[in-house]
Amino acid sequence: MRTKKSIFFKIITERIPEFLLGISGSLTSLIILLIIVFLFREGFGLFSNPSVEKGYVLCVHASNPVEKLNPDQIKQLFDSEITDWKTVDGDDLPVMLFRFDEIFSLYSDEELGENYSLLPQKLGEVIAENPNIIAFLPEQYVPRTAEWVKILPSEQIRVADFFTGKDWLPTATPSSLYGVLPLIAGTLLVSIFAILIALPLGLGAAVYLSELANERTRKILKPMTELLAGIPSVVYGFFGLAVLAPLIQKTLNLPTGETAFTGSVILAVMALPTIITIAEDAMRNTPRAMREASLALGGTQWQTIYKVVIPYASSGITAAAVLGTGRAIGETMAVLMVTGNAAVIPHSLFEPVRTIPAAIAAELGEAPAGGAHYQSLFLLGCILFVITMLVSVSAEIISKQKYKEAV
Amino acid sequence: MNKKTSQTTAFWIFRLLGIIVVGILCWILGFIIFNGMGVINWEFLTTAPTEGMTAGGIFPAIVGTLCLVAGSIVFAFPCGVMSAIYMNEYAGNGWIVKFIRIMTNNLSSIPSVVFGLFGMALFVNTLGFGDSILAGSLTLGLLVLPLIIRTTEEALKAIPDAYRTGSFSLGASKLQTIRRVVLPVAFPNIITGLILSIGRVSGETAPILFTVAAYFLPRLPGSIFDQVMALPYHLYVIATSGTDIEASRPIAYGTALVLIVIVLSMNILASIMRRYFGRKVKTN
Repeated sequence: MRTKKSIFFKIITERIPEFLLGISGSLTSLIILLIIVFLFREGFGLFSNPSVEKGYVLCVHASNPVEKLNPDQIKQLFDSEITDWKTVDGDDLPVMLFRFDEIFSLYSDEELGENYSLLPQKLGEVIAENPNIIAFLPEQYVPRTAEWVKILPSEQIRVADFFTGKDWLPTATPSSLYGVLPLIAGTLLVSIFAILIALPLGLGAAVYLSELANERTRKILKPMTELLAGIPSVVYGFFGLAVLAPLIQKTLNLPTGETAFTGSVILAVMALPTIITIAEDAMRNTPRAMREASLALGGTQWQTIYKVVIPYASSGITAAAVLGTGRAIGETMAVLMVTGNAAVIPHSLFEPVRTIPAAIAAELGEAPAGGAHYQSLFLLGCILFVITMLVSVSAEIISKQKYKEAV
Repeated sequence: MNKKTSQTTAFWIFRLLGIIVVGILCWILGFIIFNGMGVINWEFLTTAPTEGMTAGGIFPAIVGTLCLVAGSIVFAFPCGVMSAIYMNEYAGNGWIVKFIRIMTNNLSSIPSVVFGLFGMALFVNTLGFGDSILAGSLTLGLLVLPLIIRTTEEALKAIPDAYRTGSFSLGASKLQTIRRVVLPVAFPNIITGLILSIGRVSGETAPILFTVAAYFLPRLPGSIFDQVMALPYHLYVIATSGTDIEASRPIAYGTALVLIVIVLSMNILASIMRRYFGRKVKTN
């Protein structure tokens, strides 16, 4: 009886807490799993959307030989960049654009009948009269029964278009363009240049901290670089906006100070603490024996640093560069505030760009939940997630490699 | 001679680079402090914004940030500490721990805007919390979870095994040992991690953009299902898209200063505590 009670007691006091601890132990793995599920489910939903805005269709005259249009052609047609049907394999006729609201300037409300019941019929008449028309109409008013009306089949958004498209115009009508290239180009340009600035600065400071500074200076400087990491990114963004952007605009005489270059400079400062901390750790881990061997052979302190310490720490330094890049790629607010947010493929450093995280932050607020635009932003999130995972895994692998020639 | 000149040159370059890094920090802090000092007064801290956010104070944003900090810590602190206890005290050194550690590392490398997306998909839309303190706190909680786990794990690792074996030999169970011996000794260092997390949470913007932050909401939240203003988001708004950016500049400086003071004082406090208690455990 007593033993039974004590076993029961033990289950309550030991096994249950242990079980709870185990659950919290698996929490981070569970969260990552959930992030993957939610991100990818929403993101890949994009490809089941029609390329023409949901709830709308495109109609042409039945005599028009054009059977289908891709999103790019639709965009150019409605932007009047294509003005002739011949360009899209049709007849030699000028294109006549017809948007739904134009019907209200052709007919009065009385003519359209009660609750617009005559609207489809009138639309049918308009299409029948114009063999060169392309009409962008809500699905519910499409004159399906009318003669001379051909509804263009709506394609789904294609994976290839997303990854190779050169236009990011998620709110364009009738056909939004989700081409991720400008955003990827913007992200890479800004973060690569940021690392190019941050690496020499960060490594130099790391060498100084680990090899040259005396203990007292180190005790002051080390926490200061950590403070740099503590400053919130929105404050960096504000600083960039209020100080750096005007400064760059003035000194380089640019039309705007909010450029990829400004973003790179701010990101470089933000990546500094990561680079300094990791590189310095790696350098300080150089075995004392190796340094002393170099000095005993008559090497100067500087020769010891660049022939012994830096090669020994090279894997750590590479990891620092990789992690710094990872931080730069994922950084959102500061970049959003200083890069000017133009979603076009940049031709130089001194133009406004938009990065992937900035696009998510800037557009998600306006994108209705569940729509194609919303899903496209989740797909951007997937890309970002995959990139940062690759970065953190490769940094892990790199930093585990020991300096082989030392053995 | 040649050797010596190249050494001197190189060392001066490194010194210069070190000074530049410190200079950048001083420039940024100096700029914010210098411009923000004049704005901050009691009224600025205790009144709501007025006249399209070009006048008045930032009281609702301060309260909002406090709510978010409290909410996220209430969620993340127990989970993180328990997770670390499991990893350090129970799971041994097998592949499970390695796997969890890699996952925790990966979680901490995910960009904050992805947390924002996830929080919006899971808490706001799927679970139906809407834009609320609850959704925002949970999102921020996920973000700092790896930080709390890592600092707690380090705190637990710093405790010599003699403490544990001593407790076991007196007949204490594992859980009793953790509760009565391990946790009390590790407590100061765990609190240091907590303070660091508070600093981190109060400065994050991207995760709260779509989960809780309100553009302008001059009243205080009534429940955890209300939206709130928050300091970092408020700074973003008045710096980029306010009604009159020039007129609201002084307020932006003030907001930035308040934000920086909160975040950096947490960081400094944590580093002082780490130094103080770190020394204490070592001498034991």
